[in-house]
Order: sequence, then C-alpha cells, then structure tokens
Amino acid sequence: MFEISYLKAKSLSDAAALIGAHPEAKLLAGGMTLIPTLKQRLARPSHLVDIGGLPELSGIELKAGRLAIGAAAKHYEVAASAVVKKAIPALAYLASRIGDPQVRNRGTLGGSVANNDPAADYPSAVLALNATIVTTKREIAAEDFLQGMFATALEEGEIIVRVLFNVPKRAAYEKFPHPASGYAMAGVFVAETAAGVRVAVTGAAPGVFRWNDAETVLTKNMKPAALDGLAVDPNDMNEDIHATRAYRANLVKVMAKRAVQKLLATK
Amino acid sequence: MTKIELTVNSAKHTREVEDRTLLVDLLRDHLGLTGTHIGCDTSQCGCCTVHVNGRAIKSCTMLAVQARGAQIVTIEGMAKDGRLHPVQQAFTDCHGLQCGFCTPGMIMAVAALLNDNPHPSDAEIYHGLEGNLCRCTGYINIIKAVKQSAGVLRNG
Ligand SMILES: Cc1cc2nc3c(=O)[nH]c(=O)nc-3n(C[C@H](O)[C@H](O)[C@H](O)COP(=O)(O)OP(=O)(O)OC[C@H]3O[C@@H](n4cnc5c(N)ncnc54)[C@H](O)[C@@H]3O)c2cc1C
Ligand code: FES
Ligand code: FES
Repeated sequence: MFEISYLKAKSLSDAAALIGAHPEAKLLAGGMTLIPTLKQRLARPSHLVDIGGLPELSGIELKAGRLAIGAAAKHYEVAASAVVKKAIPALAYLASRIGDPQVRNRGTLGGSVANNDPAADYPSAVLALNATIVTTKREIAAEDFLQGMFATALEEGEIIVRVLFNVPKRAAYEKFPHPASGYAMAGVFVAETAAGVRVAVTGAAPGVFRWNDAETVLTKNMKPAALDGLAVDPNDMNEDIHATRAYRANLVKVMAKRAVQKLLATK
Repeated sequence: MTKIELTVNSAKHTREVEDRTLLVDLLRDHLGLTGTHIGCDTSQCGCCTVHVNGRAIKSCTMLAVQARGAQIVTIEGMAKDGRLHPVQQAFTDCHGLQCGFCTPGMIMAVAALLNDNPHPSDAEIYHGLEGNLCRCTGYINIIKAVKQSAGVLRNG
C-alpha cells in the first residue's frame, strides 16, 4: 500500500469539510472494497476520511411506507434487523448473502451503493424497489443514481447519508454466487409494488438493469412459468473465464424464476 | 504516523504506527502475536480472522488506526488458565486440521459463529464459515469440530 494519511471524521459536516479540503482524499466506510484496492496499489488517495460509525449515517427505521437505512449500516446489521425483516424480508435476506460473515461485519450499505460494482447485491434492490439515495447535497432516484459499471451520479465530495427503500407488497431475491467471492454471477430482485412488478438484474451484465419484458409478463401473471417464453439477450451479458454470455443469460432466467417462486411463498 | 491505544487479549497497548499499517501487521510485527496468519492478499481466505469488539473480522482488511480504542481478541487470547478454549479442544479432538495454517482463523470464525448462533444447522455452519478457506481437510472434520464445540459451549 502507498503511504496515506488517515483522518477520522468526528461528524458528517466534519467529513464533508475534510473531503472538500483534500481533493485527492477518499471516503473510507467498511473498507471491504477500498482496502483491498489500496493493497493492490490500484488507487493512490492522499488521505482516507473515515466515516465508519458516524451517528448521522446510522439507524434503520420505517417511515411513511419507506424503509430508511443509514449509509453506515453494516451488512450484518441489515440482515439481523427486526425492522428490515418485517418490512422487506427480501432485503434482509440479500444482506445476509453478501460475501461472508467477516465481510458483513464491516461492509456497509453506503459503500456498496457508492461503489456500484456490477456484481454487487444491493444495487439490484435499490433499482427494483425504486429507492431514493439521500446525500449530503440532494436526493437522487435509483435510476438516475446507478449509471452502469462502477459509475454513479455522486459528485466529488458528495456523501451518501441514507437510502430510502419503498416497501413493496412482496419481494424476493435469488442469486447464483461466484463460488469464491460470493459476488453475484447473476442476481435477480423481483418486487411486486402498487405500480406493478419491477425486476432488477445484477452480476450478469456490465451494470445492474431492469428486465422490462419480465416485468410486463409478471405484472399480468406472477408465476415462474410466465417467464418461459422470455430470454435476455446474451449479447448484453458479460463473458469471462467463469461463464459465457449464453450461460449468464440462462442464469438470469433461472434466478428470476426462483425469485418468483420464492416471492409466491411469502405472505 | 499515528499513536493508537488498543486492548489485545485483555492487555492495553500503545503504539505509533504508519497510517497504512494493516491491523494484522500490527498484531504480528509490532505485538509479536504471530498466531494470526496471512494467507492471501484478496481478503478471501480468513486466516487473519480476529475479533474486534466481539465481531469476527479480517485483520488484513482493516487499518490498525481503525482499531483505535477497540477490544481485540486473537487466537492467543482463547485458551484460559492453561486450558484450551472448547473450540480449540474440539479441533484437536476431531482432527479438524492438517497443516494448521487456516486453523487460527477458523477457530476465531467458529467462536464468533457460535456466539451468534449457539445451535447452528449444517447449512448455517457452511454459511457461517464461508469466509474461511482450508486447503487440507476437506472441511468434514471442521464441521464435526463445530458441532462438538457447540454442544460443549451450550452445556456451559
Ligand atoms: C471477500 C469479499 C467478498 C465480497 N462479496 C460480496 C458479495 O457477495 N456481494 C456484494 O455485494 N459485495 C461483496 N463484497 C463487497 C462488500 O459488500 C463491500 O462491503 C462493499 O462493496 C463496500 O462497502 P464498504 O463499506 O466496505 O466500503 P469501502 O470499501 O469503505 O468504500 C467503497 C467505496 O465507496 C465509497 N464510499 C463509502 N461510503 C460512502 C458514502 N457513505 N458515500 C459516498 N461514498 C462512499 C468509498 O470512498 C469507496 O470509493 C465483498 C468484499 C470482499 C472483500
Ligand atoms: S489474509 Fe486472507 S483474508 Fe486476510
Ligand atoms: S489445515 Fe491446512 S489449510 Fe486448513
């Protein structure tokens, strides 16, 4: 790792001031993405501004049909939260399948969403539940926020404060994890909402995306078999040593069917 | 350089460290606690697992400065009064290791798993140990050791 200066933010405004004062600084939350990156010398920030555990970024609460989760909420906290389990059990399940216990004990919602890894789990829930990203500067709709591979609407020095998830009628998440890392080879989040069904796919393509055809058929007929005649275009999928485009396209369909099956089994 | 104070296995330590120092390097190189191993540089193997404020974490993926003021337990802190911790004893009894390289991290992960869930099912054991790789045992005897130690810990 290159030399670096560590700064512990005392408050959210302190963090914003520190990140503003040092143009080459990076925010540090759980460090589960950033520290491996620094160890590989793939990034060379001048400073790390640690926002882990700031009270302004903590808390999980249900308000007016929306579940508000602080950016510093660790994956294990979301997985274990009675509030999340009651309001959106699929989200608690998703958090419980991220990486491994040690990663879940440090990694945070804000870090995952800010990173927008094309194989990360949370972006699928953010998109399927039409979440709102609340930052130190503004509120951003999921579709505007998520901009493809590792890209988001975040500006320099902008900090995610919390994410507001709309509570669906029912929802389910299923992923085919990469056997070594746990990241999604294909992960599908299906949400049944007042405005229709939303289906978000992560892991399979260069960025999380909505599968519109699946949404249309599932809105009419919420059954795994409703997806039988559909397919995502393999040309839009990723190809690497782990899976071909065609294999990933098939995985998307299989995971989507499993998610629908699971959704039907929830109350 | 930053001066940090932290508690490791009930003993208070104060050290000056470079900000980029990883917690695992502080434990091994500065405090001489070489029971915590380093098995990879991709945060995947879990050999470096220790407890920070009661939760299992990978000490290769945390800066020493982030552990300022924390309570840390390493494998060296598990045995009490010359007696192995029940998880250590179970790994010995069940032959839950061969080369032993993954073992300190495994034991810390298992202790944390049983703390959260004293009665895990097989599926919960597999899920709970996903952050630890063993290249020798094939895991079967590790699972046995988890079950044995769960029983011992439940019966106090
Ligand atoms: C072995 C391993 C397996 C993993 N498996 C999975 C998996 O299966 N699924 C999955 O989804 N993820 C997985 N991850 C990634 C993990 O979920 C990370 O926790 C997450 O991607 C980043 O969160 P963090 O809090 O650790 O962020 P950090 O690493 O601290 O930060 C990541 C990035 O986000 C920025 N950032 C952090 N917080 C904020 C904020 N509040 N506002 C703005 N920017 C911010 C940082 O500056 C940095 O650029 C895995 C990681 C490891 C090491
Ligand atoms: S040394 Fe491999 S996970 Fe820490
Ligand atoms: S006993 Fe050799 S790696 Fe596990």
